[in-house]
Amino acid sequence: MAVALIKERYQNSVSELTIGATPEEGGTRTSVIKVGGDGTLPFLHFEGEMKNRPVIAMEVTDVPPVWSETLNSYYKDVYNDPVAWAKKCVEEYKADLLYVKLIGANPEGENRSPEECAKVVKDILGAVGVPLIVSGCEDPEKDNEVIAAVAEAGAGENLLIGVVEQDNYKSITAAAMVHRHSVIARSPLDINICKQLNILISEMGLPLDRIAIDPMIGGLGYGIEYAYSIMERARLGALANDKMLSMPMICTVGYEANRAKEANASEEEFPGWGDVKERAILWETMTATALLQAGASILLMRNPDAVRLVKENIDDMMVSNE
Amino acid sequence: MIIIGERINGMFKDIGEALRNKDPKPIQEWAVKQEEGGSHYLDVNSGPAVPNDERPEAYEWMVKVIQEVSDLPICLDSTNYDAIEAGLKLLKRPGMINSCPAERDKIERVFPMAVKYNAALIGLTMDNKGIPKDAENRIVFAMELVAAADEFGLPFDELYIDPLILPCNVAQDHAPEVLESIRMVKTLANPAPKTVLGLSNVSQKAPDRGLINRTYLAMAMAVGLDAAIMDANDDELVDVAATCEILLNNSIYADSYLKVFRQR
Repeated sequence: MAVALIKERYQNSVSELTIGATPEEGGTRTSVIKVGGDGTLPFLHFEGEMKNRPVIAMEVTDVPPVWSETLNSYYKDVYNDPVAWAKKCVEEYKADLLYVKLIGANPEGENRSPEECAKVVKDILGAVGVPLIVSGCEDPEKDNEVIAAVAEAGAGENLLIGVVEQDNYKSITAAAMVHRHSVIARSPLDINICKQLNILISEMGLPLDRIAIDPMIGGLGYGIEYAYSIMERARLGALANDKMLSMPMICTVGYEANRAKEANASEEEFPGWGDVKERAILWETMTATALLQAGASILLMRNPDAVRLVKENIDDMMVSNE
Repeated sequence: MIIIGERINGMFKDIGEALRNKDPKPIQEWAVKQEEGGSHYLDVNSGPAVPNDERPEAYEWMVKVIQEVSDLPICLDSTNYDAIEAGLKLLKRPGMINSCPAERDKIERVFPMAVKYNAALIGLTMDNKGIPKDAENRIVFAMELVAAADEFGLPFDELYIDPLILPCNVAQDHAPEVLESIRMVKTLANPAPKTVLGLSNVSQKAPDRGLINRTYLAMAMAVGLDAAIMDANDDELVDVAATCEILLNNSIYADSYLKVFRQR
């Protein structure tokens, strides 16, 4: 007997965010990325439109990061050269776009100037054609200066810049408004703060379709279920016409997955866990694919083999199930 | 919570005069003001300011001048169905018909009109003998209206059942019966019909109308009220609607929830 699928009717869809600008649009990108626009829960093609496929932004840092042995095996030859690293991600690993993390700005570390940071972004823009996501060093005061400089240097490129938080959102939002970029709005696994922050940003005058929600996540085994439930709630809110939750979501998958013990501990230490390299790939892959099911539109990732597997998963999930 | 702003009604002196003088200004001002207050629909009722045979033309005019200044959908409120139809023809976005009682001849006139113009419809739980005293008899009428929706092809969730609240200073016993009616209406069909009240009626001629309106709105929302024809510029009343949405877990809390509720 045929089973009749129950279809929900939703009043609203997720807003559509564009990253990057071609020369006709005032930038220099060879391609732009559009995310969001979903009119249903993830991958329920039979119920509503999933307008754009989720994308993967591969992470590049301006100074050599302290990453795992597994990640070092892919990137150690380019750690000292963010431009070469960016090209490797685009040309060899087929990144949809790049996530440039300016850790060199950290006052506790290399304390690079905003101008030096902006130059790295400029150089990467000159070397690759994909759109960029740029975020700072997690020191709010320094990031306000650094991201303002990046926003100015990248004017016209329609970057996605961040991060803005509830107690520090004005400078970066203003920079995004002046130089026409979009912002990452980060809230600490808290749906209420998430909504409030979006309200605060929109009250400054930034249009709602220029915000991406970073709900903060946990990696697999480290609180991913909390992230999942927050993201699901935000998505259901968006579909029920809550305009202040209707933005696409961006997730720091590479960061969270690769700091899990399971992505780092050697096989000698835990013989039952198997080869660490395989395990690290799977840990990041599983974190990413779970979050896709919760509604993630942009995955910030590190491991090229995990990127490859997640892309295959996205290909499979985007096949219509109407 | 769907707020249907009640202010464009010929019973109010300024609107009555505007209708008599064909002066669009007060009507347009109230359209804008109610939108700012938090209205989702604008109720439009000529009242006795316009003779019955001139109402179709008056409704056309009101729809036209309102749509010049506001994008809100319009709720056409009249017992003159030709006037309602004249207004429906000019609507730029799907509107609402206010209203149809549970009387067969009127059902046959109004329900097909709602379907034809893709409008929502307010159905009254009364017939030509008047308003029932209790919830059970209100529901008998509600069932007739739901059956009519099925018969004429109006989606159940486009039907707004109004169980008719009466002033509490003269008909106190109706208030709990109306609450029970709202609860029962939600079980009559799938998807459930919507419910609506002419809220201000509960406080007619009482000294502290605002308090009574606010209290009854909260009580009615708790049992499933979807919409109210009400004073959209009573800020405290709109605040109650917004807060009920939070406390009923219909909307996700944020510190600025009152402001966001008004932005829609």
